[in-house]
This record gives sequence, structure tokens and C-alpha cells, in this order.
Amino acid sequence: MTTQLPPGMNIETVDDKIMTLNVGPQHPGSGHMRLIIKVDGDYIVSCDPDPGYVHRGEEKMAEYRNYIQNIPHLERPVIHDSSNILYPYCLGVEELLGIEVPERAKYIRVIAAELNRCIYILYWLAIYGIFLGHSTMFMWPAGDRELFIDLLEAMSGARVTHAYLVPGGVRNDLPSNFEERCLRQVEYFEKRLKEYEAVFYQNPLLKARTEGSGILSRTDAIRLGTTGSVLRASGVDFDVRKKEPYDVYENLDFQTIVMKEGDSYARSRVPYLEMFESCRIIKDALRKMPKSGSVRTKLKPNPKGGNDEVYRRIESGRGAIGYYIVSNNRPEPYRVKISVGSFRNLICMPYLLKGEKLGNMPAVYWGLNYWPVEADR
Amino acid sequence: MNSGIEKDVEAKDTTEEHSDNSENTKSDSMSKGDAKKFYEEKGLDLSPDVPVKPKPIPTFEKSLADKISSKFGDKLRVDYVRADRIRVTTKREDIIDVAKFIRDELKYDHAESVSGVDYPDSSEIEVIYHLGSYTDEKLGRQIFALATRVPREDIPNPGSDATRTPSLRDVFYSVEFHERECFEMFGVYFEGHPDMRRLLLPEDWADIPPFRKDFKIKGR
Repeated sequence: MTTQLPPGMNIETVDDKIMTLNVGPQHPGSGHMRLIIKVDGDYIVSCDPDPGYVHRGEEKMAEYRNYIQNIPHLERPVIHDSSNILYPYCLGVEELLGIEVPERAKYIRVIAAELNRCIYILYWLAIYGIFLGHSTMFMWPAGDRELFIDLLEAMSGARVTHAYLVPGGVRNDLPSNFEERCLRQVEYFEKRLKEYEAVFYQNPLLKARTEGSGILSRTDAIRLGTTGSVLRASGVDFDVRKKEPYDVYENLDFQTIVMKEGDSYARSRVPYLEMFESCRIIKDALRKMPKSGSVRTKLKPNPKGGNDEVYRRIESGRGAIGYYIVSNNRPEPYRVKISVGSFRNLICMPYLLKGEKLGNMPAVYWGLNYWPVEADR
Repeated sequence: MNSGIEKDVEAKDTTEEHSDNSENTKSDSMSKGDAKKFYEEKGLDLSPDVPVKPKPIPTFEKSLADKISSKFGDKLRVDYVRADRIRVTTKREDIIDVAKFIRDELKYDHAESVSGVDYPDSSEIEVIYHLGSYTDEKLGRQIFALATRVPREDIPNPGSDATRTPSLRDVFYSVEFHERECFEMFGVYFEGHPDMRRLLLPEDWADIPPFRKDFKIKGR
């Protein structure tokens, strides 16, 4: 970097052999972000991710609104997983304000979070499928996703942006006969999910493009601070739901999915297997949930946090989401920092793409479970 | 601050704006006693915002905090020890040594987040590293917050003013992009970082770092 130029600008020397490609920000394979890729023939020499095209300043906006007003806009970074991105915020605010959550609300929150995780993973899987040229794998998850959207619509009234979790519990109670309906749809989905295995995961074309490509070793996964399915695909047994259980996860029966290979195939498979675990959690939570009771602790009008700070995290579809909230005796938080899985996994991109074939770029890229809007916040 | 107490949080919390100089007619017409009675009838709790009850200090976290404070003595300050959370503050000159100790002796191995917090009143910016561990089974629940304060200049010139601190990228590789974000949003230059460029902001951004408190959102 030359000193005369402002930060972020640099002058490149031109090499005839190396070609620079801008993948994105409009390219359908990149999402709303740009990858500045240098290729030597068909092989990637270097990759410089350039996110920020959907940076909306969520953290800054949060400093201007009180704890309740922050709910709807904080779920905007990832509307497919809106319950999970609100979850740590609610936990953090509850810790700051000293709010107890009713038992039934805790179970409903877990059910909403797991339904939302399935919605996210199915959406991600649909895009993963279409980018690898597998149209069936776009149609199936996109269709099955409606099952869960319908359930969350029945719970919250909205299809995607639910704003269902609030500090103190959930916004409203479950509709009548929800348990029965949820159980029926989840059981159907478990059967349906097994069909994905044959059509997608045992497909030789998928295996040829993903097996052995973009290998991330266990040591590097830890060193780079990756999270979520990327970390677990590299053989690290770490899931916030198990390691630091929040709400009622410690009472529920599920396993952490860990694969040792660390390649694109493992990264594509871990979220798929986690959907089975999500279904298990939902069924178990429906069984153990108190059948009646309050679902929301009433807050005081315009609650204020003390001179305090809190860091809470949960496991989302893309890895751990941590909220660092600083309060200073005001109804608005002084500072909100959202540390999201997509942003943390971004660091792998230059690392994994180096030396990879350009044609493998979409498989490696989407295997990172990267959601650009969430990473930019 | 009297406007907040008269509002019904259940009905209006998502639509009403909070403002200190309230023009709310309801707050003028209702005295504080009436409001209290009104909310008691509705079953709303009007006790102090944060209940003051001392929590017992957990022993495992205390042992970690003792370990680091016995090693560095008055070079660092232990801000709090809670269940699963420890926070220490150190001077920026010592931060690399402290971070190396945390990595090698306490076995934290990655950074979860790097946050900046702007304190214009004391002319300081705080940089906080939230560290976690994947390898040590006992530390799975723990987050170690390592904070340092850097001087803040009223007219920032990111990269060439006194707002700078040593980078922890050589100690924790995973802070690389987090520090780049902190640089562009707060103007904190991390010395020794190999690639201190902007990440999210556009290249031609010509205003002050946007997450500082003196950068105001339009219309607010």
C-alpha cells in the first residue's frame, strides 16, 4: 500500500500471465459481494473478498432506538433466519435488564429457532444446488421450505420477517392445534429429507466437484476462528447449543454433527444432517413443553439497562452469532456489536480458493455457508 | 426522562419513538401518581430497572482471572468476573504480551469478535477482543474479553493520527478481518497488521469513521 493513497486504494502492476476477474457484486454466483480473483489459466492465484455492498449500519441504527424498537430492524441482515439472529439480542437484553423468561416461552423460542434454521438451510441448499447446475436440488428444498414457512406464519403472522422473539419471551402464544400440525409436518419432512440423499448427496457429479476440493484442516479451522458448519466439517466438535446451552437446549435430545474431511463435500453435508437434528429437537420440545402458561414477561415501559455490558451468543444456521451490548443507564443501548458467522467465515475465502480451479469457486464459496447481507450487517 | 413511564409499552413499543422532550399530551395530563396507579392496575412492574442483587463469583472463572492478574500484576485490571465471562483491561503497550499469555497459558485460541466503543467524553476509544476456545473442553462456555483504550482525536485522520494500537493478528490469526472493520468504522489503526485496508466501506468514503458518536444519522 502506498502512503499517498487513501486507505483501501492501491495501484496494481499488470502481469500478462495473471488475469484479474471481478466476480460480483452483480454476479449471481457471488451474492451481494465482490471477489477480486486473480487467475493463472484456470487456477486461482489469489482472492481478495470485497464485502460491504449491503452494509446498512445495523449497529449504528441500534444506538438510536430503544431496546424494543431494535427488534424489527435487527432481524433484517438475515430474514431467512430471523429468529436466530434475534435470539442472542433477546438473551443479552434479558441479562442486562434482569428479566426472567417463562418456561413455556423458552420452549416456543427453541421451536421457532429450529424451524427457522431449517428454513435457512433449505434456502441455502436450494442455491447451492442451482449453482452446481442441479435444478432438482433447487426445486425440492425451495418447495419443502414452505412447510416451515407455513408453521412460522401460523406462529407469528408473517412469512419471513417474524420479529417473533422479544426480550421477555415471545410476542404471542401458539395458535390452537399448532402442536399437532407441527408434528405432522416435521414427520413428513423427515421422510422427505431422506430422498435428498440419493438425488443430491450420492450424485457422482456433486461428488466429483466437491470431494477433495477446498480442504480446511482442523488446525486451520481453529486458527482462522471459523464457526458453524465450516468448523464442524473440519472435525471440531463445537456447537454453542451443546457447549453453552441457552434456554432449554440442555434438556433436549440431539447430537452435534461432526465430519472429519474438511472439504467442500463435508461442508455441504453437515447442514443437511443438522436438519435431522433440528427435527429431533422440535419433536422433543413439543413433547416436553408446558401445555399452558405465560409466554411473555411484561417489561417496564421504556426499560433502561444499568452501566453494564453483556456478550451473549447462540448457534445459527451459519455459525455462532454473538451480541456485545453496552448500556449506560439509557433506554437505548450505547453500543451494539453483532459478530456473525458469515463475517467470521469470510477469512477462509482467500485461504481456500488459492490454488483451486475457477470452476470450483461456487462450490467452495457456497460451502462456506456465507450470507453476504448478514456479513455486512 | 418522564415520557417513557407514561407510555404503554405493550401497545406502542414498536411504533412510538422515544424522545426526551416529549410532546405527548398524555404525559402532561397524567401526574406521576396517576401513572403509577394506571400501570399497577395493568400489572406492569415498576421496580428499578436492574435488580441489585450480588451474584456469587464463580470459582473456575476466578481461578483464570487470578492466574492472569498474578502474572501481570498492575499492568492489567480485572473489570469483572461472572459466570462464563471474564473481562480485563490493559494498556496498549502490554496487549501483545497479555494476549500471548492468554493464548499459551490459558488456552484460548480464536477471536469471536473485535469491537470498538467510542467514548468521546473521555477522548478514548475502547477496543475489545472477545476470545473463545475450541480446543480446551473446559473453556467451551467461556468468553474472555480483553480490552484496551486508545486516545481519540476530535478531527480523525485514520492511519496517521495517535489513534493506534498494536495488532493482535500475529497472536490470534482470526482477528484479521475484525480489525480491518474496526479500523474503518472507528479509525483505530492496528500497527503490524499486514493488510490494513478498508473492508466494508467504499474506497472513496470521505467522511469521519461512521461508528464514532459524532457521526450522526440523518434525521435523528
